[in-house]
Amino acid sequence: MSKRSVADLKVGERATIQSFNNQLMSLKLLEMGCLPGAEICVSGKAPLGDPICLNVAGYCLAMRKSEAATILIEN
Amino acid sequence: MRPSPVIALIGNPNAGKSSLFNQLTGLRQKTGNFPGVTVDKKSGTWPVDTQTIATIVDFPGIYSIYPKSLDEQIVTDILANPEHPDYPDVSVVVVDAANLHRNLLLFTQVSDFGVPVVLALNMLDVAQQEAKEVNAVRLAMRLGVPVVRINARTGEGLDLLKKAILGQLQEPVMPGKLFFDPEEELSDLISDTKKQYHLDNNYLSLQYLIQHDGFSFLNRSQQVGLDALIDKYQFNEQTFQASETITRYKRIAAITKEVVTSKRSTNQPTWSQKLDHYLLHPVWGYAIFGFILLLIFQAIFAWAQPFMDAIDAGVAWLNGQLKESLPSGPLTDLLTDGILAGIGGILVFIPQIAFLFLLVALLEESGYMSRVMVIMDRIMRKFGLNGRSVVPLISGVACAVPAIMATRSIGTRRDRLITILVTPLMSCSARLPIYTILIALVVPSRRILGLFNLQGLALMALYLLGLVSALVAAYVLKLFLRTKERGYFIMELPTFKMPRWNHVGLTVWESVRSFVWEAGRVILAISIVLWVLASYGPGDSMDRAEARAKQQNRTLSTDQLQNQIASDRLEASYAGQFGHFIEPVIRPLGYDWKIGIALLSSFAAREVFVGTMSTIYSIGSGGDNADITIRERLRQERNPSTGGAMYTPALAWSLLIFYVFAMMCMSTLAATQRETKSWKWPAVQLVYMMLLAYGAAFLTYQLLQ
Repeated sequence: MSKRSVADLKVGERATIQSFNNQLMSLKLLEMGCLPGAEICVSGKAPLGDPICLNVAGYCLAMRKSEAATILIEN
Repeated sequence: MRPSPVIALIGNPNAGKSSLFNQLTGLRQKTGNFPGVTVDKKSGTWPVDTQTIATIVDFPGIYSIYPKSLDEQIVTDILANPEHPDYPDVSVVVVDAANLHRNLLLFTQVSDFGVPVVLALNMLDVAQQEAKEVNAVRLAMRLGVPVVRINARTGEGLDLLKKAILGQLQEPVMPGKLFFDPEEELSDLISDTKKQYHLDNNYLSLQYLIQHDGFSFLNRSQQVGLDALIDKYQFNEQTFQASETITRYKRIAAITKEVVTSKRSTNQPTWSQKLDHYLLHPVWGYAIFGFILLLIFQAIFAWAQPFMDAIDAGVAWLNGQLKESLPSGPLTDLLTDGILAGIGGILVFIPQIAFLFLLVALLEESGYMSRVMVIMDRIMRKFGLNGRSVVPLISGVACAVPAIMATRSIGTRRDRLITILVTPLMSCSARLPIYTILIALVVPSRRILGLFNLQGLALMALYLLGLVSALVAAYVLKLFLRTKERGYFIMELPTFKMPRWNHVGLTVWESVRSFVWEAGRVILAISIVLWVLASYGPGDSMDRAEARAKQQNRTLSTDQLQNQIASDRLEASYAGQFGHFIEPVIRPLGYDWKIGIALLSSFAAREVFVGTMSTIYSIGSGGDNADITIRERLRQERNPSTGGAMYTPALAWSLLIFYVFAMMCMSTLAATQRETKSWKWPAVQLVYMMLLAYGAAFLTYQLLQ
């Protein structure tokens, strides 16, 4: 089974970021505070389940499911 | 200190940069462009002391020095180029204290560029609400730069900030070493770059290496030289950029741990999050958005009406006064029928534009607009657009020009291009008078189900037609514009805030002013030219037409004769001949030469249409009955071949549909040209919209006839 990513999380679920599987996207996400080792929490999802909203580094960040899928989490 | 120093305001979006800018400059501000690019530049003056007046430049909000969209590029471009006219003597970095960790990333980057900086610690009240305390003194010690606590909304701490800026202008205090020094890992590469490009800052050298493709101030051979250096040292930009960000954040974490004391666990949802629960809700989210859209339309069509009527009446009164008090002659006619009629046609849009921008500004200020982008992203994506396309599309209901400029925040090139191309299909306020007059002509004012006015429904149908065609056009364009670039949508959801009223007021004032000025000049010029073309003809053709009319219509009463003469004279004028010239092309749509004149004259700006129609029908109708409305005149107009009413439902709907689609706005094409930096896209826009308009109007006329 492939690794779990932020896209697999349910609303309210917490996880710790482990790594990224897309370098270009990771540059953007890192700058927004999505760092390996940071704890995140899915705070909500838009209607239709996409984009999703994350609580990370003390603020709320919205991103598409496809971007969330590039953030791998620790099991 | 230079006699006219430049002070840059830099910061994350939503950190309070614009509030601070307004506090520092007050009304001494102006909007312009950064040289060479069309990114909005807000700048203002600030008297430092008796001899020195500084220029304060409000830079676009960014999260890092690595740009993700066009308007972000300008910040890096300027900071990396000391020769740039806007290169700052001091950078004030505005930092959100409630979100210190993320905000400090940009701060440390700006500081490493080697510009003297002042850190303005803002939003301490928000931090306090979240039970966070920030120790500013300790922060200043750790970063080695002046830190000032401010409240950009109330203006607290501004005196201290001014003192700190002045201090940095006179005797800059710089941190002893770079926060992140690329030389630690890349010593040979950095020293080679420094030598080759005569740089003395390590971080700037790194930016040359990573970002040189985007630096317009470097010439081709300089860029190739940097590529060669990258090859020589096998330098991987992306990997290094990632490790730079991680290293910075590690060091920042060590600092924030020391200076921020947080008393509350982060698990409790804030009231902003509770609100989001409803605003992003599958049912409530769309219901609330729909309600707000309804409110916007209500404001534009109902609330603005009394103001528009008042302006209309005011212009008509002035026109009447002038006609009475001035001696009659061509000059008076030009002033009243030409110039004043043209100006009136512009002024009457002001209430609608003001209302629209007021509401859009309120939505943006409060933070609601980013929620709209989130709930619309999925739907917009299906059509090749982006959540961020929502703002341009909504703004397009007022005017496509600011709407097209608002697309700059869309980071993906293709999404942005498609948004630009389809935005003019949204029915802008310039189409509204055309819709109103023609609908009133052919749709009865009757209530349906005792609730909806039939005319209102027809109007709404036209707006919906515009929206649907914009989405369909986007979908089709998506099929043609293939791209390898990966679209993305990553956006901070700011906490909800009370709108700053002075800020909202300024936005409304700016948009109204630029509309009157930009559109006004075009309309004015066209109405003067049109008046001349309709009042004069080649040689003595108009006099001959008059003589002919007198001869052929001896039996008519004086009034009727006057009308016949005026109409024949118009037909013989330059404008009339133009109209006849294009009549064969537009006849399948049901139009005659008079409408042809209106079409031609409104080619550059569709808002001219109604004005032209009134000019044509007033020039072409004697002039004694100046007080009957244009609507009445159109109703009375007879079709010469059938003898029945000229404006049949088929003709009116054909015209309505034509104006829904037709690209009749020079300003929009110019905006597209500026924003895409090519002539190809405005040409594509013009051709596809015109073909659409012609085809749809043709079908409408032929089916309804």
